[in-house]
Amino acid sequence: MRSVAWLIPVFPLLAFFLIVFFGKRMPRKGHEIGILAIAASLVVALGVFFQQIAHSDQVYERSVTWFRFGDGGRFVELGMHIDGLAAVMFVVVCTVSLLVQIYSTEYMRDDVRYTWYYACLSLFTGSMLNLVIANNLIQMLIGWEGVGVASYLLIGHWFEERANSNAGLKAFITTRIGDVGFMFGIFVLFWAAGSFNIAHITSVVASGGVARGTLTWAAILLFCGAIGKSAQVPLQVWLPDAMAGPTPVSALIHAATMVVAGVYLVARMYGVFHASPAALNEVAIIGAITMVMAAGLALVQDDIKKVLAYSTISQLAYMVAALGVGAYTASVFHIWTHAWFKALLFLGAGSVAHAVHSFSMNDMGGLRKQMPTTFKTYVIGSLALAGIFPLAGFWSKDDIINGAYHSARAGSSVGWFVFLAALLTAFLTAAYVARMVALTFYGKPRYDPEHVHPHESPKAMTIPLVFLAFMAIFSGFLGLPGKLNLFAGWVRFGDVEHSFNLALDAFSTVLALSGLYLGWTIFKLHRVNIDLAKSPLAWFYKLLQRRYYFDDLYFNGIVHPVAGPIARAAYWTNQKILDAVINFAGTATVALGRFVYRDIDQQIIDGGVNGLAQGAGAAGNGLKFWQTGNVQIYAAGLFVGIAVFVGVFLIRG
Amino acid sequence: MPVAWVLILSSFLFSVGIYGVLARRNAVLVLMSIELMLNAANINFVVFNLLLHSISYIGQVFALFIITIAAAELGVGLAIVILIFRNRSTVSIDEVSLMKW
Repeated sequence: MRSVAWLIPVFPLLAFFLIVFFGKRMPRKGHEIGILAIAASLVVALGVFFQQIAHSDQVYERSVTWFRFGDGGRFVELGMHIDGLAAVMFVVVCTVSLLVQIYSTEYMRDDVRYTWYYACLSLFTGSMLNLVIANNLIQMLIGWEGVGVASYLLIGHWFEERANSNAGLKAFITTRIGDVGFMFGIFVLFWAAGSFNIAHITSVVASGGVARGTLTWAAILLFCGAIGKSAQVPLQVWLPDAMAGPTPVSALIHAATMVVAGVYLVARMYGVFHASPAALNEVAIIGAITMVMAAGLALVQDDIKKVLAYSTISQLAYMVAALGVGAYTASVFHIWTHAWFKALLFLGAGSVAHAVHSFSMNDMGGLRKQMPTTFKTYVIGSLALAGIFPLAGFWSKDDIINGAYHSARAGSSVGWFVFLAALLTAFLTAAYVARMVALTFYGKPRYDPEHVHPHESPKAMTIPLVFLAFMAIFSGFLGLPGKLNLFAGWVRFGDVEHSFNLALDAFSTVLALSGLYLGWTIFKLHRVNIDLAKSPLAWFYKLLQRRYYFDDLYFNGIVHPVAGPIARAAYWTNQKILDAVINFAGTATVALGRFVYRDIDQQIIDGGVNGLAQGAGAAGNGLKFWQTGNVQIYAAGLFVGIAVFVGVFLIRG
Repeated sequence: MPVAWVLILSSFLFSVGIYGVLARRNAVLVLMSIELMLNAANINFVVFNLLLHSISYIGQVFALFIITIAAAELGVGLAIVILIFRNRSTVSIDEVSLMKW
């Protein structure tokens, strides 16, 4: 099965073209092509997955040469590199994408660009799968950029509203800033290791063929790409705005594609990062800062999707920080579990919004009775996110906390930093999860009962929810402690990590429960009645409301100061230089034309022509008197002429 | 008989022809004067052929051609004169000087 793994990205990419060209003529407007393609990919992906876990020590790599360049026989390949990491990603991406597409048949029903939407979903999934399968950095970059383009298209899907198209642009441009770093990282690695092939680069690095400084720079540059794609501080600003897209797209972006691409990049290039402690520390610190900041932001959002968006940033930061402290398996395991429960939460939020026609939690409340399936699955997803035993999030999150603790105990101060940040985040996560569920499903209804009649969503929407809820419960059992940890055998970097610490897990669970209790107390039971805006913590509330002033900083500190003077300089150049040149050219041309008309054409050319004509006329007038009409005079002239000629010839001999 | 005499005769004839062409007012007489000039030329052709002892008789042959052409020319000329006479009841050259501005 692994030999045909290349089919996995090919199916959706093919589907993209088929939908674009034939989708509108299909009976179901193209969604059958997308769903069929991704289902086929999923079948292949499962086959690859099971074959891979049966031979988990083998890496299966095949490639063909795409093109050659340069003198030294350098080349770029199209290839596949299949190991446990890639196999797990295949399953996650294909499954979530399939569920999202099924869900969208109902959610996007009657959308104006339904066919185009499915085409973009296929492109999105195909690009992500191409990124996952790639055995070299160029192919990976192509998938990476494809994901960026597709996300831009999908976030701006309803581009009729300015805010939506701006959100698409923001996502595209912000991630592009990181992509510049990624590209330079590729160049540095190519220059240092002489190849784009990831396995080759890794082996060169492992054999010490690359200087430490170069390696650190390469790793940090690559990580810039990951910061952009995975929305880590300081490039996290695009992700909340990306909520402008359709909700199933958000689920796809947050669970399986796009944002995990950054984490995947670091995991895939872990050989490079691992060899540079400085780079790893940077990764860990960025992750630790991001997870706390984003979790704080998630606490104060009113928009249910924004809560989930900040939650995603926070959870991605968990994965990033885990990679930073060397907990490779834990990080990938968190990708695996997070994909299920985050997709579940997004699709659940979409289901709720479908019912009340709003994403604001101020318009929800008390929905648990009207939407039982959505409610139950949503609670399961929320508890999994909060990391409550025995749901999926518990196992992966505690693996990460354990990993950080190990690193800290080994004497790393960065390890302590990550460890404390992870514990704080676990608490905050539980708090905002409790708030979210309380505001959405409990309390009094806050929607307008005159116009809004909440109802359970159709089957096409609830079946994916139920399946995802199943995964949110059971997917964590792949990472049970000790010998039962199957996942650690499949996906690992170096030795198998067995990091289970009962006391630590108990402590983090207590933290999570107290977070839940706090959130529940404040937002459901109203036992603690505080108006945050007037409390002593008001400054902090304001800080969160303003998103730590990051957006203000970027707009007022970068976009406006840069854009303003540039615009003014461009305007000045336009008015004073370009227009002056053009005006001068225009005036000069008019003057020249006038001169040519008046002096040259009228005077010289016309004068010449008229003069000739008048001259001819005058000559004719003068000569016409010679024409007497008397033939004898003409004959006399003839004879006189002949006589003259004869005389001349006679005299000259 | 010296050639000079013959040439004097032909010159005389030619001169008479020129006079007739330039001075006469009657168109028929003008045409006749032209015939005199042509015949002067014929005499010259014949006498120079004798003088040069040419055995090919080119001069005589040329004289025959000129006589033929002259007949044709006179035919055309007289036809024109008759038409003028029919239209204008005159053959005076002075009165048909119409081809002027």
